[in-house]
Amino acid sequence: MDLFIYDQTFEGLLTAIQDAFDLNIEPDKILSTKAFQDDLFAIKYYITTDPDKFEKLWEQIKDKSSEQNCQRIFKAFLSELPDIEIIIYNYIKLILETPYNVEVDFSNENLVKLNNIQKKVGREAQRVMMFVRFQKTIDEIFYASFDAKYNVIPLTVAHFRSRFADQKWVIFDTRRKFGYYYDLENVREITIGNQKVSLDSGKVDKDILHISEKLFQKLWKSYYDTINIKERKNLKVHMQFLPKRFWKFLPEKDFKNNLVMN
Amino acid sequence: MQINLVYLLILFALQSEMKQESIDKLKILASAARYDVSCASSGSNRPNTGKGLGNAAPWGICHSFTEDGRCISLMKLMLTNHCIYDCAYCANRKSNDIPRTTFTVDEVVDLTIEFYRRNYIEGLFLSSGIIKNPDYTMERMVWVAKDLRVNQNYNGYIHLKSIPGASDQLQQLAGLYADRLSVNIEIATENNLKMLAPDKNYKSILNPMNTIKNKIIENKEERSKFRHAPRFTPAGQSTQLIIGATPDNDKHILNLAGNLYNSKNLKRVYYSGFIPVNSYDKRLPAIIEPPLKRENRLYQADWLFRFYHFTIDEIVNDDHPDLDLEIDPKLSYALRNPWLFPVDINKASYETILRVPGIGVLSAKKIILGRRYNKLNQSHLKKIGVVLKRAKYFITCNELKTPTIHEIQPKNFKKMLLSENKPVKQYHKSLYKQLSLFPIN
Ligand code: SF4
Repeated sequence: MDLFIYDQTFEGLLTAIQDAFDLNIEPDKILSTKAFQDDLFAIKYYITTDPDKFEKLWEQIKDKSSEQNCQRIFKAFLSELPDIEIIIYNYIKLILETPYNVEVDFSNENLVKLNNIQKKVGREAQRVMMFVRFQKTIDEIFYASFDAKYNVIPLTVAHFRSRFADQKWVIFDTRRKFGYYYDLENVREITIGNQKVSLDSGKVDKDILHISEKLFQKLWKSYYDTINIKERKNLKVHMQFLPKRFWKFLPEKDFKNNLVMN
Repeated sequence: MQINLVYLLILFALQSEMKQESIDKLKILASAARYDVSCASSGSNRPNTGKGLGNAAPWGICHSFTEDGRCISLMKLMLTNHCIYDCAYCANRKSNDIPRTTFTVDEVVDLTIEFYRRNYIEGLFLSSGIIKNPDYTMERMVWVAKDLRVNQNYNGYIHLKSIPGASDQLQQLAGLYADRLSVNIEIATENNLKMLAPDKNYKSILNPMNTIKNKIIENKEERSKFRHAPRFTPAGQSTQLIIGATPDNDKHILNLAGNLYNSKNLKRVYYSGFIPVNSYDKRLPAIIEPPLKRENRLYQADWLFRFYHFTIDEIVNDDHPDLDLEIDPKLSYALRNPWLFPVDINKASYETILRVPGIGVLSAKKIILGRRYNKLNQSHLKKIGVVLKRAKYFITCNELKTPTIHEIQPKNFKKMLLSENKPVKQYHKSLYKQLSLFPIN
């Protein structure tokens, strides 16, 4: 059994795959250092992430397929699913070994598998863009946290940056405990050490909320309640479109224990 | 010290009163606007140039969903619910005794900006009751849009509902700041419109539509010559028709819609099931339930002639003037024309495959791509996203034969489908598909 172990980064994974090609070994498993548990009987390969190898492989994939296809692979990686590495390995192999551009061959099982995963990731990223709610703090930073199924923050930063270019903001993934901060100039990755923000629930202490914040949450909640048309109530559809895991971050859904810590 | 405290208390009381006042106002004017269905914020592409606030995303983002499953994308408000007109189907008509109020321009601008910054909304949809006269009203709406664009540097979405009868000049000015303008026809025949809304006529609606259309064409030419010429309503114009308030049949409604798409270059026609708000008015039918199913079928038919290469005549005609409420219009077409099926998935043209019930635009495209490499069978189709449960009766593919529509016969087919589908639930599920870009299956 051949085990490849990489450092959890996308670059690391591609290095591992390139190594597998170079060594001419079919890995049985490719695992991130996070998921790896020692296995006495396996032959282990500890991969050192190498930008050159990554670049080389990435360029080859780009030559053989479209920009969109490269995006697909990256999105699939962000799913963090247990077997995603092998799925990506098989997919990249398929791309490189097929003489024509195979990315539109929807009769290929492997491709359909990867495609379905990346679609789910894409949808989750959209949900984050839809349902993130910023709260204004006293130092005029707009703060938002959310709980995403997949690691989709990297897919949303560009959107928030271009949309909210004139306000400072933070977006924070409570499941993975990291986020990004935009200071009107640059976007940086951050973790939060501030006691005024709960890392689990994403709630912000009311001491550091802007005085207008409560009012606008209330106004939004009133708006939300008002536009409901009773005659058309249909909760099943409602839940399908607005998954429950987002509710605790939405002032319109959860006003009583709303986003403010008491 | 004492004085200070009293002063503070008064200030505080004033402030919370103001809060309550703005909440009440918002409730009244949001509730007044809520029956307008055009929620779409898609179709515009207004980049955030430099360091302004916001951009209009071409895919139109929903930011929340109401408990009835509608997408909340734009904040829909009326500038005022005072009105000098007396339209029978409208809750704000002058003869109704209801609480009335008016936003100031600043209030609307503030709410829009603050909601937008918190990622509650994609933009503003502003309509208004008519105060004094159409121009006076329209002018105030334009002020809101102008303030947002010019003073607030706001690039988010703005939809203004044009006031019928307002001057050409104001329509043009509105189009300079708005992403989309709409002029609602509401009633599908002019005589019925005159009966229900005596202050309105088709001329006051079609004129602004023409003005906007011509201006859009002119603007396109301008922009092809000067890339930096200002945009005019980049997301085009739309209108709304109320369904079920008058006896007009689906054939009439869809032909009117088709006509508007063609002659006025409309981007969307919205169909809004009639909900009685003035049950005392005997010019309107008494209905128990709003015609939601019919509304849904009309949207599906609308999709068929816009994206599925159907002609309106194939969907509704003299022999078949109303859409079938029990099954969707595409299936209904297939059952009325069984000799066109089954189609061979591995050979048929794109247009032919599009006509198969259970196959949407995306699946059809994937079939065309996928079959270049492999002969497709049912399991391929399933992975592509075809609804096989339905499609299998209308296709042949690289596989053993399954019974087709001919063995089962159209008349039995509908029965079979309805019994296995528990129809009510099934339809509810698809009810709000029109609000996002879901294909019909
Ligand atoms: S003009 Fe508009 S607001 Fe006034 S009564 Fe007619 S539909 Fe209602």
